[in-house]
Amino acid sequence: MQLDILTPDKKIFSGEVTSVQVPGTKGSFEVLNDHAPIISTLEKGNVKVKSKDGVEIFTISSGVIEVLKNKVTVLAESLIQE
Amino acid sequence: MANLKEVRLRIASVNSTQQITKAMKMVSAAKLKRATDAITQMRPYANKLKEILANLSASLEGSASVFATEREVKNVLVVVVTSNRGLAGAFNANAIKTANLLIQNKYAAHRNNGTLHILAIGKKAQDFYTKNRMNVIGNHNELFNGLNFETSTRIADVIMKGFEEGQWDRVEVIYNQFKNAAVQILTTEQLLPLAKTESAAASKQNTDYILEPSQAEIVEELIPKSIKIQLYKALLDSYASEHGARMTSMDKATDNAGELLKSLRLSYNQARQAAITNEILEIVSGANALSAQ
Repeated sequence: MQLDILTPDKKIFSGEVTSVQVPGTKGSFEVLNDHAPIISTLEKGNVKVKSKDGVEIFTISSGVIEVLKNKVTVLAESLIQE
Repeated sequence: MANLKEVRLRIASVNSTQQITKAMKMVSAAKLKRATDAITQMRPYANKLKEILANLSASLEGSASVFATEREVKNVLVVVVTSNRGLAGAFNANAIKTANLLIQNKYAAHRNNGTLHILAIGKKAQDFYTKNRMNVIGNHNELFNGLNFETSTRIADVIMKGFEEGQWDRVEVIYNQFKNAAVQILTTEQLLPLAKTESAAASKQNTDYILEPSQAEIVEELIPKSIKIQLYKALLDSYASEHGARMTSMDKATDNAGELLKSLRLSYNQARQAAITNEILEIVSGANALSAQ
């Protein structure tokens, strides 16, 4: 499925992934292929992206996720650099 | 006939001015590029956010958010976005003029009561409004040295907090919207309370989303985000406009300096030729006078 992680300053990630784990306000959850449409707010935490090339982790401050027809969009307020 | 030395000095000074305007034009062109890049970077985020919000609020009419509630307008905050530096044509003058017009037409009474607040962004607006003894609540001149979402959020937070606490009941933003390098559109936008215009257009799209935690809470969470984005967009637009305006005005200045140089060189050459002719005349008539004796 297609994943885009956007912040107002730039696009952080865009590409094909197998799963993504996000820090939802009501608890962390994972989005896999063919997930039902969902909109959820996100807390500060790690977004774990799994793709063919391995695992990538982004730390975001608050944000929101939308999943629709295998297209996942994460709107993050900002990216926290480690 | 102009004095040779004087003309030479003028030519030298016009020349160095032209070099400066040319350099400023180049600097602005580079900054303009970066500013428009930032706008393009921000756009997908802004569009998506708007889309989600519109999807959600289509069915949620009586939103309880503080930021969407109209109140009696007792206190007004006008945010005037200008630049820190001048030499950008009518860029700053236009923004301030529009702001004054708005104040005169809509908030004259507030101004007299002292319930009109000004938030000046950019040194030019700050200078103008402090000089005119308006109620300037803050200035953010440092903002344009490295404009990004984080710094803009800080201002948005101040504005939203003040609105929540009732320091002002309406917030308007005046800025130069960027169209292209030569054209800026002066825009007045109501930042708070949130204008509800998008909901009607988006209601046609109806997907059954799972909403977490709940629709109201998501909307509550998203509204401040969209306000922040709106302000950020205004600032970016103004920043791009500033450099567009400076680029065009400096380009014109360089051209004008070129014209001036041309005419100065002409009169310099004329003066030089006249001096030579004079000298020859003197020598010839001197020689004539000698040989005649």
